[in-house]
Amino acid sequence: MSVWNDPPGGFHPVSTPDYLPRRQLAAIQLQRLQSVVARAYDRVPLFKSRLVERKLSPASIRSLADIAKLPFTVKSDLRDTYPFGLFASPMEEIVRLHASSGTTGKPIVVAYTQADLDVWTEVMVRSFAACGLHRGDVIQNAYGYGLFTGGLGAHYGAEALGATVIPISGGNTERQLMVIQDFGVTALCCTPSYFLHLLESAKETGIDLSRLRVGVFGAEPWSDSMRERIQLDSGIKAHDIYGLSEIIGPGVGVECSHQHGLHIFEDHFYPEIIDPETGEVLPDGAEGELVLTTLSKQAMPMIRYRTRDVTSIMVEPCECGRTLHRIRRIGRRSDDMFIIRGVNVFPSQVETALLRVEGTLPHYQIVLTRDKGLDQMEVKVEVTPEVFSDEIRKLEALQQHLEASIENILGLRVKVTLVQPRSLARSEGKAKRVTDLRNV
Amino acid sequence: MKLKQLSLFLENRPGQLRAPLASLGGAGIDLLTMTLADTAQFGILRFIVADPERAKKVLEAEGMIVSVTDVVPIQVDNRPGGLAAVLAAIEAAGLGVEYMYDFAARATLDKAVIVFRFEDPDRALEVLKTAGVRVLTSEELLGK
Repeated sequence: MSVWNDPPGGFHPVSTPDYLPRRQLAAIQLQRLQSVVARAYDRVPLFKSRLVERKLSPASIRSLADIAKLPFTVKSDLRDTYPFGLFASPMEEIVRLHASSGTTGKPIVVAYTQADLDVWTEVMVRSFAACGLHRGDVIQNAYGYGLFTGGLGAHYGAEALGATVIPISGGNTERQLMVIQDFGVTALCCTPSYFLHLLESAKETGIDLSRLRVGVFGAEPWSDSMRERIQLDSGIKAHDIYGLSEIIGPGVGVECSHQHGLHIFEDHFYPEIIDPETGEVLPDGAEGELVLTTLSKQAMPMIRYRTRDVTSIMVEPCECGRTLHRIRRIGRRSDDMFIIRGVNVFPSQVETALLRVEGTLPHYQIVLTRDKGLDQMEVKVEVTPEVFSDEIRKLEALQQHLEASIENILGLRVKVTLVQPRSLARSEGKAKRVTDLRNV
Repeated sequence: MKLKQLSLFLENRPGQLRAPLASLGGAGIDLLTMTLADTAQFGILRFIVADPERAKKVLEAEGMIVSVTDVVPIQVDNRPGGLAAVLAAIEAAGLGVEYMYDFAARATLDKAVIVFRFEDPDRALEVLKTAGVRVLTSEELLGK
């Protein structure tokens, strides 16, 4: 980590693991994997019983490939052991708890020792550095502060980087814009959908965003076409950051300046891709469900945690020089998927379809209903000044064009409804794209 | 002479028409004439006011989408066959009409005013002049 008398914006020894030769990295990974498995075995009864059932012990891990012998951990394990059942540290050593919002039933609780927080800060520093940020940058952190990991994770990382942090938290769009303009903010952390909302409001109120140059956007999947739109409209460089509370929070992986896949901080998080049906580990490059193992977590080691996120691992070297493998951008989270008339649909597919039709900004909402036993999918799309026509037939053509574009991608006939601008709810956190009114 | 018409996108559900009209009313803007085109899902409110720029700003401040279209106000005789005569001239000139509506506020016993949206308003103006069709000026219509 840099100290106060380092040259400005320069040297970050904390980034060194980003550039380790793969063999050296693998040696670190194996040593950490063996010790974290031993820790979980000794301290987490659920993990131990699952290993015993399979006649395994920590000694079974002799190589990195042996990880495939270990059982998976899934989200319901966290719910079933609520609140503290997967902790591997006594409360005396735990210095922070976070929790998921818990849309259904109990939330998921995650714990950190001081060493865990230090790791989290380190991976966030490395994330910001990969986004081209450094001392002298003014980072507005619009992720929610609180039980959600986004706010504090980004906060401590940005501070440790040496940047100036504005801990504004989520919401209050007017104040967000005033601060961006008046404080000369150069980088913004928030969800991509909230940034679109900020952009739209800035345009309306004539706020100057010209000093903003970097966006660190995460906590929800967003498409490449949405990124293009953001970069084109705002002139900033929009980086995708990935993370999940169960693993650590934001900072599991991030895009470098090449914006071609997210580097995973593999010295702390070991990625695998599996077939979600069979659980088999898939070869590099194959698409499947991302499984992560925390290699250095103390308070709550996650061994082979199934993320429900669909991606693939890119092992080709990156032009940036980092030796860390990358994952393809996550366009879809299995959790977001819904099934309509037997077809699996991800909101990001609808987004891509809408964006293909020139001039349509992605303010949309998917409404699912059931009429006489048949599923119906409606996509409400806000009319924009660019596409509004005084002529009925042009608007009807637009509607049909949107319907055709969606049908083209999903293979499903859906109904597109044009709605008034700003009539759909804007999110200040994760966008809620789907309203399911089916009583199943 | 061309006239500026404002158009507004409306969802086809209760209350959608009242909101913009209330905003205009609040700003003291009088609708000189209006027409509503609708489909099952949405509608377009088209209207003419004395100061379209101000009306547009008032509505946009409420987050509505307003587009401005050139229309042509034509005087027709207020008698059976009066409109047919003008349409015959339009047809003879090969002009395409997108839509048309009555400018109610300026109708008298012997003359009526019909607002036309032509595919090509500039060509329409030229052609109508030579055909002897009377196109009104905004001064005549709006009393400016």
